[in-house]
Amino acid sequence: MMDSAVVEVMGITGSPTVTQSISLPHEEMHFFRNLANAKRFAIDIGGSLTKIAYFSTVSHRRVRVPEGSDSDSNEQNTEKVNFTYEVCQAPRLHFIKFETKYIQECLDFIQKHLLGQGLIGQKFVKATGGGSYKYSKLIEDKLGITPEKEDEMDCLIKGANFLLKNVSQEAFTYDRRRSPEYHFLPPGPVLFPYLLVNVGSGVSILKVESEEKYERIGGTATGGGTFWGLGTLLTGAKGFDELLRLAEEGDHRKVDMLVRDIYSGDYVTLGLPGDLIASSFGKAAHLNSGDFSAPDVARSLLFTIANDIGQIACLYALQHNLKRIYFGGYFLRNHPLTMYAVSYAIRYWSKETVEPLFLRHEGYLGAIGAFLKGTEELHTEKYSWQENYAGSSGFMNGELDTSYEFPSRISVGFLEMDRAQRPVGYFPLLSPDVEYSPDTVNLAEDVEARTYWISCFEGSLDRITERAIESQASVAGSIDRALRCKRKLLDRFRTLSIEPCAYGNLTVRSLLNTIEQCLREFDFPDPYFSQKQGENSFALREFDNQLRLLDSLTSESRNVELIWGVLAGNVFDWGANAVAALLEGPATFGFEEAKAELQRRPWLVDSLDRWLERLKKKAHRCITFFVDNSGIDFVLGVLPLVREFLRNGSRVILCANSEPALNDMTYDEMVPLLRLVGGKCNVIQDAMDQGRLMPHETGQDSPCLDLSRISQDLIQLIEREGSDLVIIEGMGRAIHTNLSAKFKTEVLKLAVIKNAWLAKTLGGEVFSVVCSYEEPDSFQQC
Amino acid sequence: MSTEKNGSSNSTTISRRNFSTSEKSEIPPMPWFGMDIGGTLTKLVYFEPTDITPDEADMEVETLKNIRRYLTKNSAYGNTGRRDSHLQMNDVYIGGRKGILHFIRFPTSKMATFLDLAKSKGMATLASTVCATGGGAYKFENQFLQEVNLKLHKFDELDSTISGMEFIDAHNHCECFYWANPKDDSRCEKVPFDFSDPYPFMVVNVGSGVSMLVVTGPGKYRRVTGTSLGGGTFLGLCCLLTGCSSFEEAIQLAANGDNTCVDKLVKDIYGGDYEKFGLHGDLVASSFGQMNSKDRRASVTKEDLARATLVTITNNIGSIARMCAVNEEISRVVFIGNFLRVNTISMKLLSYAMDYWSSGSLKALFLEHEGYFGAVGCLLELMRNA
Repeated sequence: MMDSAVVEVMGITGSPTVTQSISLPHEEMHFFRNLANAKRFAIDIGGSLTKIAYFSTVSHRRVRVPEGSDSDSNEQNTEKVNFTYEVCQAPRLHFIKFETKYIQECLDFIQKHLLGQGLIGQKFVKATGGGSYKYSKLIEDKLGITPEKEDEMDCLIKGANFLLKNVSQEAFTYDRRRSPEYHFLPPGPVLFPYLLVNVGSGVSILKVESEEKYERIGGTATGGGTFWGLGTLLTGAKGFDELLRLAEEGDHRKVDMLVRDIYSGDYVTLGLPGDLIASSFGKAAHLNSGDFSAPDVARSLLFTIANDIGQIACLYALQHNLKRIYFGGYFLRNHPLTMYAVSYAIRYWSKETVEPLFLRHEGYLGAIGAFLKGTEELHTEKYSWQENYAGSSGFMNGELDTSYEFPSRISVGFLEMDRAQRPVGYFPLLSPDVEYSPDTVNLAEDVEARTYWISCFEGSLDRITERAIESQASVAGSIDRALRCKRKLLDRFRTLSIEPCAYGNLTVRSLLNTIEQCLREFDFPDPYFSQKQGENSFALREFDNQLRLLDSLTSESRNVELIWGVLAGNVFDWGANAVAALLEGPATFGFEEAKAELQRRPWLVDSLDRWLERLKKKAHRCITFFVDNSGIDFVLGVLPLVREFLRNGSRVILCANSEPALNDMTYDEMVPLLRLVGGKCNVIQDAMDQGRLMPHETGQDSPCLDLSRISQDLIQLIEREGSDLVIIEGMGRAIHTNLSAKFKTEVLKLAVIKNAWLAKTLGGEVFSVVCSYEEPDSFQQC
Repeated sequence: MSTEKNGSSNSTTISRRNFSTSEKSEIPPMPWFGMDIGGTLTKLVYFEPTDITPDEADMEVETLKNIRRYLTKNSAYGNTGRRDSHLQMNDVYIGGRKGILHFIRFPTSKMATFLDLAKSKGMATLASTVCATGGGAYKFENQFLQEVNLKLHKFDELDSTISGMEFIDAHNHCECFYWANPKDDSRCEKVPFDFSDPYPFMVVNVGSGVSMLVVTGPGKYRRVTGTSLGGGTFLGLCCLLTGCSSFEEAIQLAANGDNTCVDKLVKDIYGGDYEKFGLHGDLVASSFGQMNSKDRRASVTKEDLARATLVTITNNIGSIARMCAVNEEISRVVFIGNFLRVNTISMKLLSYAMDYWSSGSLKALFLEHEGYFGAVGCLLELMRNA
């Protein structure tokens, strides 16, 4: 049975040496996680919601291969790959929101957990928001420190800039008549200038030109306080939220005078439709006040104020030639009816030239800003951060998420952000003419695809859990952790199937990232480590044969075979259920078997001939190559192609993930592997020595590729080298993401579709091939 | 929303010249009315000829005389109809005739009463034409025909407003005025303004709703925007908040109220000025912003609420008008419409706000015949369409 090397690969097991145990901060989702390590606090006390921000650190385990233990130097068939876990402290920002009426309990909780450790003296607190005056004494009493008050607008702007820069799909448009109602925007390369309209009690309109520069260009007194105050007078409602509930049920047409009420139809000459409100509350001037129901009045008032704010904001946007308006403040609080009314007004008054935008984490702006103002020495803004899906609560119609409770009855919302290891930015070779989105399909829009993918990932959880346990077979508690991780993911998938917009657009990428983040959160930093090491060893042994085979071919045939090689290698992907089944199955499955599975030409997308034509011309200056799986994919598929490029005089930047995801190649694994390959291949060795082959990390930790968040030093390298070809390999990077991405330079997208359902939606069968060579300005895909 | 609309020369460049005696043969039969049926108020302009020759008087039917007598001898019609005798214009020449322009108004909701009255005065026997504008010209078209045999010639609301303004301003040398020292009650005064070289200017017509127009030359204008927060909103909210039942009552309440008990001022939030942004402490930060407090609600008066409503609506109109004027690069803004009737509070507030927020570069102007321009424009149109 053991006649295939692949099966031997399966036999190799790693033996993790746990250097030290770490206490998991992630046992359960609870209030004020990581409070003990908290360093800085900020608090934003609003009339109804309070937000607390703090900086903390979490312990992460990372897999580390000790230097000098290059696992395969002796080319033994079976060996144990030794590795250790390295514990590192990663900075994390925590943001929590809860109703202001529970502020006392929350401060008590902080006091108990911090004062108990005598730590409070070293911390300090920044405060903003209307309540920061009112509760100043309480904070002082509870925590023994006087909060430093920060200007509300400064905080708001800082918070907005921070979120827009760091959280992908933070901003969204809202349209009640669209399905889904929410559309989250991909991060663009340009953030400034924009208009921020903050609708608190009154309205402030701010023009933001850069990180440092903003200006209050106007405002109006007709704001949230008007809705609240006037609404309470008119309806007797108990509070803001009740008013909103009333407005949901009401019919403003019974209170407002419409164009139709005056004209018996449209006002044709001016193009005013009959439904348009001609005079807000106009009907109330003629009839007895008893004729109006509270819900109708509340809705009319909501529309009156939302329309007015929309119109005034729009006038300022037009005056300052700004195309984007972000809305913040408690009046909106991402309430659908309010967003609908404000959006309608902006689109109407600007004739669709100005885009009304809302923020997923709008409620946290002030707290984030206040936090940032107090922590310049932590250089928070110099780093890139990313939303931790595992530790953040979803965005549910603007309401607080009630799935987490503290201590028993307070419903709270969370946002956690992890610091990226290196600053990230926008991939420089993307076409500036086409809006970039890192997702090919929005599952929130496509119910069938959503149902399929959620159940597909649910179905893969057992295997993922098994892998996770196997990877820490000798670590105590790993089974329990893995099962809790699985439970967490199942819950999340259930949430997402009901609320697909809870974390931005629902996409295959967001689902894959959720799985990866959860595994890390539950301390399974690299379940595939041993697997990858074993496959790399196996593939290395086949490397010479592969090169000999290629070198026996004519140049033209070799170029064809090289592409077949990348594709065959790409079949070896543990993220694909179909492949995992083959690899785990009883039959032999190697490189040649994989090649045999591939679709015959013409492929689903087949630009091979044009690619071959291109190769006859001048060699590329520098190729930026985003690799996918480790093992056979990288060693037998990617490297021979890279070698050919190098032989032809091109320079190559090999880009791999910074952190593990599935069995994808990571930078840390790639570097020693290239050293080993160099021992077998002079071309690669020389290129490494001469700096023509440049391994680099992408800054990513996902099986996908988000080109809006690429490591800054990689960006600089690509620009310095003047890269003129991008190669993106694999289903996660070239299909789920970036299939429709357009570039300034030539691009070659190579992938095998290892999922029958996806292949079918694209018009093919499982193991269909996408080989898309695209030139700038002529993006046709054969 | 702005609608580019150049009024055709025949409908908007109306001047005395067009109605010279040479056209006398073409003039329509009396009585001459112009009517503007708005969402809240109906405005009626009646031309009373004062140059009736004895021959003409002999030929005149009794009904016509009765109507003239009824309209000119009374200043109140039924419970709700009113003639604004202080606005009456003597010795006006229209259609080659000399006469008096009378300005009459009644609530549009009492249209049925008006039609009954017109019927009882025998209007139906005259089989005449009335030029009408406003939404009601469409809404009540059939009723006019059925009840009083009156054919409504419908004319565009904005066209007629502009032509009415031009006509009245040309015939009444003290039509246009502004408020000097609007913030200072002791020094505040109404000052005539020479509007003989008006273009370009902006018109803010505040009826039930608000329309804002930019006028660049005789009969040349464009609607740049509007808002639904207008006079109807003020009155509607006041009715709901105070139980009042008329505009006059609402204004009277407002005159005796104090909005600072209702609104949240900048100093209520920041303890003084918001210096960082140059916002004075006395500025309203949030209209009705104090009213989310139960205690404050308990102590507030009807008068305070009416005042706050008036201030809210007025300031809002002012800021939209100001922004439009800035965007259109126009320095004179003429406020018209019946919202301003007996409403010096709003006029002074607008005057102050336009001046303050523009650092003196914008001027708020007002016209004596506030809300009647649409009806006047219609009367002029009747002359053209006879």
